[in-house]
Amino acid sequence: MSAPAAASLVSVEDLHTFYGKSHILHGVTLHVGKGEVVGLLGRNGVGKSTTLKSIMGLVQPTKGAVTLESQPIAGLPPHKLARMGIGYVPEDRRIFKLLTVMENLRTGLDRAGVTEARKKELLDKVFAYFPVLGERRDQAGGTLSGGEQQMLAIARAMMLEPKIILLDEPTEGLMPRMVSQIREIIGVLHKEGVAILLVEQNVPMTLEASQRVYIMEKGAIRHHAASKELNVNDPVIQEYLGV
Amino acid sequence: MTDKRHSILFWSGFAIVMALLFVSPYVLPPFWQRFLTEVLIWGLLAMSSDLLIGYTGMVSFGHSAFFGLGMYGAAAALLMFTPSLVLALAFGLIGAAVVSAFVAYFSTRLRDIYFAITTLIFSQIFYVIIFTWTDVTGGENGLNFPRPRLGIPGIWSEPFTATTLHWFVLVVVAGSYLILRRITQSPFGMVLQSIRENEPRTRAIGYPVERYKIMAVMLSGLFAGLAGVLYALQNRFAAPDFVFFLISGEAVIFNVMGGIGTLVGPILGAGTFLLLRELLGRIFGENFPYLIPLGFIFIAIIIFMPQGLLGFARRWLNR
Amino acid sequence: MGFLAAIPWDQVVIQTVNGIVTGMILALIASGLTLIFGIMDVVNFAHGELFMLGAYMGVVVFATSGNFWLALVLAVMMVAILGAAIQITTLRPLVGRDPLTTILATFGLSLILQNYALWQFGPVPRKIGEPISGHFNLFYLEYPYYRILIAVLSAGIIGAFWLFLKYGKYGIWIRATTQDRVMAQAMGIPVPLVHTAAFAIGAGMAAASGVLFGPLVGVNHVMGLDWVLKAFIVVVVGGMGNLGGAIGAAIFISLLEAYASLVVSPAQAVIVSFVVLIFTLLFRPTGLFVPTPK
Repeated sequence: MSAPAAASLVSVEDLHTFYGKSHILHGVTLHVGKGEVVGLLGRNGVGKSTTLKSIMGLVQPTKGAVTLESQPIAGLPPHKLARMGIGYVPEDRRIFKLLTVMENLRTGLDRAGVTEARKKELLDKVFAYFPVLGERRDQAGGTLSGGEQQMLAIARAMMLEPKIILLDEPTEGLMPRMVSQIREIIGVLHKEGVAILLVEQNVPMTLEASQRVYIMEKGAIRHHAASKELNVNDPVIQEYLGV
Repeated sequence: MTDKRHSILFWSGFAIVMALLFVSPYVLPPFWQRFLTEVLIWGLLAMSSDLLIGYTGMVSFGHSAFFGLGMYGAAAALLMFTPSLVLALAFGLIGAAVVSAFVAYFSTRLRDIYFAITTLIFSQIFYVIIFTWTDVTGGENGLNFPRPRLGIPGIWSEPFTATTLHWFVLVVVAGSYLILRRITQSPFGMVLQSIRENEPRTRAIGYPVERYKIMAVMLSGLFAGLAGVLYALQNRFAAPDFVFFLISGEAVIFNVMGGIGTLVGPILGAGTFLLLRELLGRIFGENFPYLIPLGFIFIAIIIFMPQGLLGFARRWLNR
Repeated sequence: MGFLAAIPWDQVVIQTVNGIVTGMILALIASGLTLIFGIMDVVNFAHGELFMLGAYMGVVVFATSGNFWLALVLAVMMVAILGAAIQITTLRPLVGRDPLTTILATFGLSLILQNYALWQFGPVPRKIGEPISGHFNLFYLEYPYYRILIAVLSAGIIGAFWLFLKYGKYGIWIRATTQDRVMAQAMGIPVPLVHTAAFAIGAGMAAASGVLFGPLVGVNHVMGLDWVLKAFIVVVVGGMGNLGGAIGAAIFISLLEAYASLVVSPAQAVIVSFVVLIFTLLFRPTGLFVPTPK
C-alpha cells in the first residue's frame, strides 16, 4: 500500500496522536506526490482533521514520522512549516474576522524574500480567481458570507506559495454554486502544480477532483485506491462512508 | 490503600503533629516559640484562602480585607468594652462576616481574573477607608489595645502567657483545620470542586453555582477573619498595613509554595516563607530585600513545581 | 438655578485639565496592559512596576545627562528589553497553562521589581526635571506648560502605536495573533516572537508613561501599585483587549477622580473609580466602552 517515499512530497508514516488520554490516530500512513490531489475520506470523528493538524504541527504526534520532500518535519513549529511550503485551510475557515480581506492576505504575503512585484503578481492572481475578494479587499473578513470566507481562507493559504495545501472540508455548509467554484479552484491549483490533501465528506466531488483517495476509519487508513477505480456506489465507499 | 488504613494513618499523623506543637513551648526558646505561634496564625489565613484557590478554583487577592476586618473587629470589642476574649472573637468574626458577605455577593458573579481583580479592588476600598478614617480607626497609626484574659466567661479566667496563647492559637487553628477538612470532604465541598473542574457543567447539572460560590467566599472570609483576631490578640494592635493587598498576596504565595488544594500545604508554605525570611534577615541583615529571592523562588515553584512543596514531597515519597 | 452659582467653576475647569493630563498618562499605561492581555491572555500584574522602573531609569539618565528626551528614549528601550527578557523567562514556560498562573507569576515579578527598586534607590522619592519650563495662567493657578506637553506626548505615542498596529507589517502580525493564535502560526507568523515583542512594546509604553509622569510627582518604589490598579480598572471598564475603549475609559475615570477630589481627599477619590469598576462588572461585564455584543 505504501508508495516509495522518494516520489512523495509529503509522507506520513505510522502516525500516532493523542488528545490528552484519548488515542485519536492509530498509525496513519499516507503519501502525497508532487502536484497530486489526494482525497482523505471517512465519517465524522475518524481522525481526518487530526491527521491534517498533525502534519501542520498544530498537535504533536507521539509517534511516527512526517516528511516534506524527504526532510523530517515532525515537531517543527507550525510557522516554520508554513514558511517551508505547507498551506493550511482549516475546517472552520478561521479567517481573521476583524482584519480586512487585504490584511488577511498580507498575513501570508509579508514574508522575507518576497519582492513587491511578486506580491502584486500573487494578489492579482487571487483577485482574478476570486473577483469578489478584490471587490471587498478593504472590508473586514467577518462581514463576508460563508462561501466568501472559504475563498478567502484558500486565497490566504495561496499567499504562502505553498507546495501543498491541506484543505479541510472546504465545501462544508456551502451552496452548490459555491461547491462547484471550490471544485474549480482545486483544479486550477492542481494545474499550477500545487499538491492538495483534501479532507471531505462530499464523496462525488472528492472522487472527481482527486487522483487518489485514502479512506479512514477509527484513526487508521483502511483503504487506498485510485479515484478513477471508485464510484459513489462502490461497496468500499458504502462500507466506510455509507449511512 | 484502604479508607480505614488511610484514616488511621491520618489521625495518627495528626496526633503526632499536635503533640509536637503542644509541647513546643517547653522546648523552643521564646523567639522561636513566638515565631511558631505566628506561623500557625498565617497558616490559618493561608488555609482559608485555599478553600477558594485550591478547592473552588478562584484566586482571591482580597483576603487582607477579611483578615484586617477580623483585627479591627477585635480591636473595637477590646476598646469599647471590658476586654473579653469571647467578645473579641465575636466582633472580629462579625466584622469579617459582614465584609465577606459584601465582597462575596458582588465578586462571585465574576470568574477567573475578573474575580481576582475585583477582590483586590474591594480590599483596596477597605484599605482606603481604614487608612483615611482616622477618627475611628486611628488611620496610619492603627489602634493599640489590651489583651483580654483567657477563659470561659463566669467560670474561669487567667491572663494569657506566651505558652497559653500558643495553646489557644493551636486549638483554634487545629479546630479550623478539622472543620475545613470536613467541609472539603462534604457534599458541599464536592460541589465546590466540581465548580473548579467545570463550572458550566456543574450549573447544567442543576447546582446553584452562585450560591455555592458565595458560601465558599463567606466561609473563607470567616476563617481569614479568625486568623485576624488571633493576630490581634498576639500583637495587641491593629494597623492598616494588615488590610493592604500585600497580605493577600502573601496568602496566595503561601498557598502556591505549599501546594494548593491540600489545606496542610498552605500552612507548610507559610512556615517555609516565614522561615526563609527570618534566615535571610539573619544572614544578610535586617534591611535585606528578602522578597527578591523569595519572589524568584515563588516564580520557580509556579513554573517547575505547580503542585507546591507538599505535592512535590508526596510524589517524591511515592516514588 | 441658584445652585449653579455654588459650583466653583474655576476649580472644575482646573480639575478637567488635570483629569485629561492624568487620563492620557493612564491611557498610555493601559494601552500596553490591554495589548498584552489581548494577545496572550496575560494579566500583567507587574505592569505598574515596569512603569515605576521606567520612571527610575528616567531619573538615573536625567541625573547623569541632564537631558529629558534622552532619558525618555533610554528608559523606554531598557524597560522594553527587560520586558522581553521577562516574557521569555517567565511567561513563555506558562503558555498553555491556566491563565491564573500568569497573574501569580507576574505578581511574583512585581514583588521582585518593587523590592529591587527600594533596595537600589531607597525610600526617598526622586524627581525628574521638567523638559520645558514656563506656565500660563489658569484662573488663580500658574499652570505649567509641561503638563500640557505630557498629555500631547502621551497622545502622540498612543497615536503612533495605533498607526503601527493599523498599517505596519508587524502590526498586522500582532492583530492576527490577537485574534487567532493558532491560525496566525499556520500562516507562518512566528507567534512566540510576536508575543515577546508585544510584551516588550507594552513594557516600553509603561516606561514612557513613567518618565513622562516623573516630573509631576516624586518617583518612588510603590508608585506602581496605584497605577496598575487604575490601569486594571481602565482595561476592564474599556473592555479587555480593546485599545480604543481603554483610552476612553482612562480619560473618563481620571476626570471622575479629578472631580471627586473637589469634594473628598485625593486618597479617597480613588474609591470613585473602584465603584465604577464594580458597577461595570455587575451590569456590563464586557466593558462600558464597547458596542453591545450581538
